[in-house]
Amino acid sequence: MPTIVDIKNLRKSYDGGFEALKGVNLEIEEGEILALLGPNGAGKTTLISTICGITTATSGTVTVSGHDIITGYRETRSMIGLVPQEINLEPFEKVINTVRFSRGLFGKPRDDAALEKILRQLSLWDKKDSQIRALSGGMKRRVLIAKALAHDPRVLFLDEPTAGVDVELRKDMWEIVADLKADGVTIILTTHYIEEAEAIADRVGVIAHGELLLVEDKAKLMARMGKKQLEVQLTKPIKTIPKALQSDALTLSKDGTTLVYSYDTRAERTGITKLLADVADAGLVLADVMTRQSSLEDIFVDLVQEDAA
Amino acid sequence: MNWTAIYSIFSFEMARFFRTIAQSIISPVLSTSLYFVVFGAAIGSRIQEVEGVSYGAFIVPGLIMLSVITQAISNASFGIYFPKFIGTIFELLSAPVNFLEIVIGYVGAAATKALFIGVIILITAFFFVDISIAHPFAMVAFLILTCISFALLGFIIGIWAGNFEQLQLVPLLIVTPLVFLGGSFYSISMLPPTWQIISHFNPVVYLISGFRWAFFGSADVPILTSLLAIGLFTGLCMAVIWWIFRTGWRIRQ
Ligand SMILES: Nc1ncnc2c1ncn2[C@@H]1O[C@H](COP(=O)(O)OP(=O)(O)OP(=O)(O)O)[C@@H](O)[C@H]1O
Ligand SMILES: [Mg+2]
Repeated sequence: MPTIVDIKNLRKSYDGGFEALKGVNLEIEEGEILALLGPNGAGKTTLISTICGITTATSGTVTVSGHDIITGYRETRSMIGLVPQEINLEPFEKVINTVRFSRGLFGKPRDDAALEKILRQLSLWDKKDSQIRALSGGMKRRVLIAKALAHDPRVLFLDEPTAGVDVELRKDMWEIVADLKADGVTIILTTHYIEEAEAIADRVGVIAHGELLLVEDKAKLMARMGKKQLEVQLTKPIKTIPKALQSDALTLSKDGTTLVYSYDTRAERTGITKLLADVADAGLVLADVMTRQSSLEDIFVDLVQEDAA
Repeated sequence: MNWTAIYSIFSFEMARFFRTIAQSIISPVLSTSLYFVVFGAAIGSRIQEVEGVSYGAFIVPGLIMLSVITQAISNASFGIYFPKFIGTIFELLSAPVNFLEIVIGYVGAAATKALFIGVIILITAFFFVDISIAHPFAMVAFLILTCISFALLGFIIGIWAGNFEQLQLVPLLIVTPLVFLGGSFYSISMLPPTWQIISHFNPVVYLISGFRWAFFGSADVPILTSLLAIGLFTGLCMAVIWWIFRTGWRIRQ
């Protein structure tokens, strides 16, 4: 896939000297959904703000579709839509007016049919004449999305779109994102919900302390970093693990009914065959066997802890 | 030029004005009427004429200037301060627009509102006094130029202001005295000589003098000096705004 956003050696020091981005390199592919994960203060918003022109980089370059964000700001900004982390809206404006304003501001001629389509897609059409202050928090967030989509962007940045949003609406949001992807829009979203990245992203980037720790295909990442666990449930509880079975990888659950065996999927020999044979030899009777894969969350926590160490 | 963007900003700002049109008009009309009653009737009964013009008519240009300058500043400063305050400025900063387009949109809207008020006050004045306008085109030109230049100043104030107090402070502390001491209600020649000299450092003197010339054909300072002064002032404001956008001062980190 061709690269649409190319970030090279991006650094950002805020007034006062704090370095929020320490040389970020990232190529965002056209049409993908990229999830940026990272703890509070990692630099996610700073990265997005710099690409969109809200903050200026200290050094480094960013191009969007081949145009530099400084010298070609008209081209790059016309292509970009931004849904900010904070809900910033004029309380006394009507929904339709503020969305129309956004479209015009980005230089697109008035097109009420296009706006209707967007508002309907976001279930905001029947609220189009409401004042923004009369909307719920989730609706306000959708108004922000509508504003960002009003000029048909090719690249959409969603800075924590589902923060403070209930489960129902979060699912809606994921559907909207999937629809946009189907239309060919490239989507970059930041999130603290790892299940969100797991559910919708094609690739995952992990950022901490202003550095991009990794960017990788989600499935590959989970396969590479993922540990698997084999749970062996016994018909009768045991007090201790029989001598012949004892190893670092094997633990016994508190109630004594389940043996948990951790193994690495990348290892040449997982040791499962031997374990099961030893279990049978020890005279234990199996009730059930299942495997569990570690989630993106476990991987993420591992990575950030490693970085801090 | 991104004219669509300019028009969007302009019409969005004007919509805010027309939503509250009643209060936008009532307050200047009311205060102007009060000025006519207090200054025109009370003082006018003692001062018959100034420079050959009845006192009631003499204060009309100054009154219009007073309102227009205050309105231009407050509209423009609020117009740009508000998005900064509530955070919607992120959209302006991320839009494919340059500083000139933003300024034309916001300053244009603020100046238009001020012009609107100025015209309404002029109409109100016709109900109180007899006035004839000697140079109508020059009058309109002066009015427009004043609206624009003080809207530019207001824009700078709006970007500079860190809170609502500061937003009110500059107009209150600097502009109101300058306007009152600028010869709104008297001729500079009526002042003692030292004050006449001090008055020449007040830019508003040139404005009101020029504006009065457009009405009555006579002025405290030559009309060309007035034009030069307002031109200089406008240029200065533009330069400051250009610098603000180039450096991102108080708007872009
Ligand atoms: N305007 C600013 N001035 C100074 N420092 C700032 C400014 N904005 C952000 N920072 C600092 O830069 C760092 C990165 O902030 P940023 O908002 O990019 O984090 P984030 O990853 O988006 O965090 P969160 O998940 O909380 O939204 C933080 O340490 C923050 O304190
Ligand atoms: Mg953030």
